[in-house]
Amino acid sequence: MKIVIISGSIVGTKTKTAMLKTEEIFLQKYPEHDVQLLDLADYQIEYSDGRNYIDYEGDTKYVTETIMNADALIIGTPVFQASIPATLKNIFDLLPIHAFRDKVASIVVTAGTAKHYLMVEQQLKPILAYMKAQIVPTYVFIEEQDFLRKEISNDDIIFRLDRLAEDTISTFEAFEAIRIKKDEAYGF
Amino acid sequence: MKKYRIDATKGMEFGLYSLGDHILNPLTGSRISAQQRIQELVEVSQLAEQAGIDVFGVGESHQKYFASQAHTVILGAIAQATQKIKITSSATVLSVLDPVRVYEDFSTIDLLSDGRAEIVAGRGSRVGAYQLLGVDLQDYEDIFEEKLELLKQINEEERITWKGNYRAPLQNAEILPQPKDGSLPIWRAVGGPPASAIKAGHMGIPMILTTLGGPAMNFKHSVDAYRQAAENNGFDAQSLPIGTTSLFYVADTNNEALQGMYPHLNTGFQAIRGSGYPKQQFAQSTDYRDAMMVGSKELIIEKLLYQHELYGMQRFMAQIDFGGVPFDKIMKNIEMIGNDIIPAIKKHTREKGE
Repeated sequence: MKIVIISGSIVGTKTKTAMLKTEEIFLQKYPEHDVQLLDLADYQIEYSDGRNYIDYEGDTKYVTETIMNADALIIGTPVFQASIPATLKNIFDLLPIHAFRDKVASIVVTAGTAKHYLMVEQQLKPILAYMKAQIVPTYVFIEEQDFLRKEISNDDIIFRLDRLAEDTISTFEAFEAIRIKKDEAYGF
Repeated sequence: MKKYRIDATKGMEFGLYSLGDHILNPLTGSRISAQQRIQELVEVSQLAEQAGIDVFGVGESHQKYFASQAHTVILGAIAQATQKIKITSSATVLSVLDPVRVYEDFSTIDLLSDGRAEIVAGRGSRVGAYQLLGVDLQDYEDIFEEKLELLKQINEEERITWKGNYRAPLQNAEILPQPKDGSLPIWRAVGGPPASAIKAGHMGIPMILTTLGGPAMNFKHSVDAYRQAAENNGFDAQSLPIGTTSLFYVADTNNEALQGMYPHLNTGFQAIRGSGYPKQQFAQSTDYRDAMMVGSKELIIEKLLYQHELYGMQRFMAQIDFGGVPFDKIMKNIEMIGNDIIPAIKKHTREKGE
């Protein structure tokens, strides 16, 4: 299966640090899967103007196509102004409405404090559900105090990321099995 | 209806159309040449005519996976290759063209075909034409409204005096040649939601409505909104024809039709829109209430009669070659349309004369 890890911010270090750690876990524990980290800070992405994603060029085309070809997404987001950053929302806006059909989406959040702990429930999950993702229900919420000099220093977070990786793969395998069974029943 | 060359006493018209898509056949993994694809379009129009199909349409699209960029040229060849079938665009992307030139082209096709040409004008659902021909997408909406109004005016008046924002003004201009009977049937292509249907009704122009899939009932809102808008603006809605279109695949059984169509549908959607067609949704299309025309001939007839009852349309246009459907399958579809579907549809939709 193809796993794409998205670092959804172009500023700061916490989300990038968390997603590098997530990538490391996947590479160590699940080397049989194809894992790719997309750090949005590395790309020049246009604002969505309503075109189909295949009609863009350059980085915008590359990033959207990479996401569309994934089986599972681990979405890393900071909390900006009580919400997800515009850079991440722009990715959703660039994609078709049902872009995440047959894909699993897992979430990692970084934040200064726990003040906006429910932002994911209230804002990110509804977007992913609308775009037809199979969402892994629990997410990993990482605060400023869990980091030390660009490393995750809280073992609880490491264990939670381990479980998130495992749940992502199990969820994909479960839905894949259902999909195969249903396809056989359709007969076309 | 006479102005639009429609005779309701003969029953609902049945037409075929192609977007001229040029996609590899997913079953063989290979793609025919553009030359063969274009020649097959002309051949299919002849087969359609022989099968008693009323209308044949070719649309333009200016990007990868299409071969009918010069759709008027193909329609000209079809005018020469056929004798009685109506010839229409499906659609002409008017926003990127000059309405005067479009009218000249279609009047010429009308003369070549002895009065069989029609225009379906649309905005296009892909951006290729805009990029290639240098039209700003920002003005997408205004450009189309202005150009369609001009096209309608050219069709209705002998001398044109006109001024607008997206084309040089016309001063007492005579647009030649004139079509055989002085005017052409000109339709507006409308997507699903009511907003464009309302614009068409407001302009008092016949409407071709795409009903690709999902509950047929959903499109009823657009039909009602169209007629209401026409009445509100002083037009007699009963005198304005409506056509609907859908993807089409008929086979001996529903399952055979699903199996035959799915690989093409999925590949076509993947290539053109960047995501395939969901199987769960496709499986629902064997319900007569779903708009997508896939199934046995009995189911297709049931769907068409149900939709005719819902919308009261004068024409149905079937797209039978989407996603690289090979020629032999297209022939088989045309045969079943001609032998079984058209006779049943005509019988039940004929308007009784006084």
